[in-house]
Amino acid sequence: MGFFERAVRTVLLSELLSGLALTFSYMFRPKVTINYPYEKGPLSPRFRGEHVLRRYPSGEERCIACKLCEAICPAQAITIEAEPRADGSRRTTRYDIDMTKCIYCGLCEESCPVDAIVEGPNFEFATETREELMYDKAKLLANGDRWETEIAERLRADAPYR
Amino acid sequence: MPKLTVNGREIEVPAGHTVLQACEASGVEIPRFCYHERLSIAGNCRMCLVHQEKAPKPIASCAMPAADGMVIRTDTPEIHKARQGVMELLLINHPLDCPICDQAGECDLQDQAMGYGFDRGRYRENRRAVKDKDWGPLIKTVMTRCIHCTRCIRFATEIAGVPELGATGRGENMEVGMYVEKALNSELSGNLIDLCPVGALTSAPYAFASRSWELRTTESVDVLDAVGSNIRIDSRGPTVLRVLPRLNEDVNEEWISDKTRFACDGLRSRRLDQPWVRRSGSLEPATWPEAFAAVAGRLKSAKPDRVAAIAGDLACAESMVALKTLLAKLGSPHLDCRQDGAKLDPICRAGYLFNTTIAGIEQADACLLIGTNPRREAPIVNARLRKRSLMGGFTVGLIGEAADLTYRVEHLGPGPEKLKAIAAGKHPFSKTLAKAKAPMLVIGQGALARPDGGAVLALAREIAESCGLIKPESKWNGFNVLHTAASRTGGLDLGFVPGPKGRDTAAIVAGAGQGAIEVLFLLGADEIDTGRLGSAFVVYIGHHGDKGATRADVILPGAAYTEKDATYVNTEGRVQRTRRAVFPPGEAREDWAIVRALAESCGVQLPFDRLADVRAQLAAANPVFATLDTVLPAPWGAFGTPGEVAAAPFRSPIRDFYRTDAISRASPTMDECAAAFSGSPPGLTGTHG
Repeated sequence: MGFFERAVRTVLLSELLSGLALTFSYMFRPKVTINYPYEKGPLSPRFRGEHVLRRYPSGEERCIACKLCEAICPAQAITIEAEPRADGSRRTTRYDIDMTKCIYCGLCEESCPVDAIVEGPNFEFATETREELMYDKAKLLANGDRWETEIAERLRADAPYR
Repeated sequence: MPKLTVNGREIEVPAGHTVLQACEASGVEIPRFCYHERLSIAGNCRMCLVHQEKAPKPIASCAMPAADGMVIRTDTPEIHKARQGVMELLLINHPLDCPICDQAGECDLQDQAMGYGFDRGRYRENRRAVKDKDWGPLIKTVMTRCIHCTRCIRFATEIAGVPELGATGRGENMEVGMYVEKALNSELSGNLIDLCPVGALTSAPYAFASRSWELRTTESVDVLDAVGSNIRIDSRGPTVLRVLPRLNEDVNEEWISDKTRFACDGLRSRRLDQPWVRRSGSLEPATWPEAFAAVAGRLKSAKPDRVAAIAGDLACAESMVALKTLLAKLGSPHLDCRQDGAKLDPICRAGYLFNTTIAGIEQADACLLIGTNPRREAPIVNARLRKRSLMGGFTVGLIGEAADLTYRVEHLGPGPEKLKAIAAGKHPFSKTLAKAKAPMLVIGQGALARPDGGAVLALAREIAESCGLIKPESKWNGFNVLHTAASRTGGLDLGFVPGPKGRDTAAIVAGAGQGAIEVLFLLGADEIDTGRLGSAFVVYIGHHGDKGATRADVILPGAAYTEKDATYVNTEGRVQRTRRAVFPPGEAREDWAIVRALAESCGVQLPFDRLADVRAQLAAANPVFATLDTVLPAPWGAFGTPGEVAAAPFRSPIRDFYRTDAISRASPTMDECAAAFSGSPPGLTGTHG
């Protein structure tokens, strides 16, 4: 570019104006920011968020205490204890996840033969104390009850690709 | 010896071996479910198919005798396909509920399905389901998982000697069970769980407790009877979850008794996990220094010959030698390891050992059982006797309580009368013994733990000598003492017996009652009459809150056999070591270390600081302790005290097989067994449905 051209651009402020025009044009485009937490972005059905323990439609808990999730967990965040229930079926007496250890890899969900432990869509479970992140069975089952509709829909949507 | 070719490699096997054994010998693995080395051959799972040259179709290698010139191939596509086919057929009716099956992770079917099976199932019809059976408190059945290998049936019939199991129906309707459903009454029934290649028979007390991959395994030795069965202890964290057998051809082969296997839950209850001191009549928790101070204070005011010690049935050799050294330093001769009062003679080692050895039973051809019920006292020894009996040409005579020992026994009489007759050569059985090439006798604690036990022992020695049970030329020693306590042989070996002018167990108890014994150490001794100890100051070193601890003035919590590296000598004189699987609970410590610390606080210096020093002390007390896992032949000598024998009949010392010691008495599983098997509820006729 010659000296003349550069001089003309500088005098006429064309670079400044083209920049401003670009900025101004965004006022007429759809906006990308969302009003979090009142609005939320889209999530993949495979998103790995907070864990839940699911139940069957009959209300029976799914988990059969096979301990495959405990065995596969690379962070060793899961602790399970089991014993026969009064009706002779195999059930957990303790199912703890240390959410501070968890690396959200999703292997527990992969290993589960009955789709009991699932990483749900919830990622907003920050707490004020560390202790609240030590999830026990009651908390996980309550999570399951709360998120069941969404989780069932996500599993259905993702089923063809599994 | 037939010579055959397996996969192009020539191999020679002993006559009578099967093709499967020949393949194993040449290092080729053959999958199998029904075949087991110690059971008869059934040949019904068809998993072991191999290709034989010139045979029209694959042969079942487990049932085919190896013959000269056979050419076997196990790696052909045909065999690969045959195995896949068999596997697929087996899996048709197997529920594939591995996630809830306790066998998962150690399941033959799982492993072999991975190794030899088809990668998917093609069966879309209904699967069969079978109702579960109730086989008692030890075995949990899930009969839908059964693949009909019939190992359990063959074990019950052949090894355990309770021919109650069988198969009913055929084809798809075949079911394994008992014709009249009841609990399987055998003291070896737990072995069915190990034998079952799938999860049809699993351990009921261990149900759902853990998965196989979570367990830490420790190889150890059992102490709940005097056999010293080799076991493996499976633990998770601080708890022992199960006990399984370990192979030792010389001792337990690969079987263990139900008490050995299932009493381990007794290690979790009624434990002493801190010291206790009796203050104004009641036991109160204390610290170690307080407990030691209480003992030291009492010892200071007691004269040396007013101190005594009794070792119990579970005491290890290390703790006994430590306590013996302490008493020697204090200057007391009153110590005894024979808490049942058996008149065993420590002078001659051959006089208190099972000299024939357990494996040696298989060489014997006549046996005299005196005052013993091996089925209750040592089920593993009884299984060997049965094994020998099944081989044929084995006469067994029994003097004592008549009992069903699972093999043919000639009941000669209830008491010592017949023993005298045999010793004098006036009884036909003395001729049987004299004629036999390798005769043996087994004398139990029921014959020795009585006031005239010394004379009975002398009579037994007379029989051994007069009927030719001792054959130095062929190195045969047919004289056997069957102990019931794991500590006994070790205690006698290291000389935990009264010194010169010392009191034995009965005299110690009597002396305590009369005030002649002021301080009494009980090293896990619970079988003595604790109500007769009078005002003696009792120091109990042990791991369970049993009879001895209840009476104690000071309790020093010790370690159980799963919690210490300890030495035990079994009834054969085999020195074996337990290994620590878990740590003792709470403040409990290893027993020898407790004695060491106690001595220190009493102002006595014991000459050892480490376990190795204690073991050196053991080897110094008796060189046999330096040789592990071997039976050293003991020289024959004089023992027993000849004298008058009372006419009272012999009684087996074990009334309830499932509750013989502090650990099994604390075990809820053993309680259930005792309720189910030992004391049958009144009013049941056997046909009550």
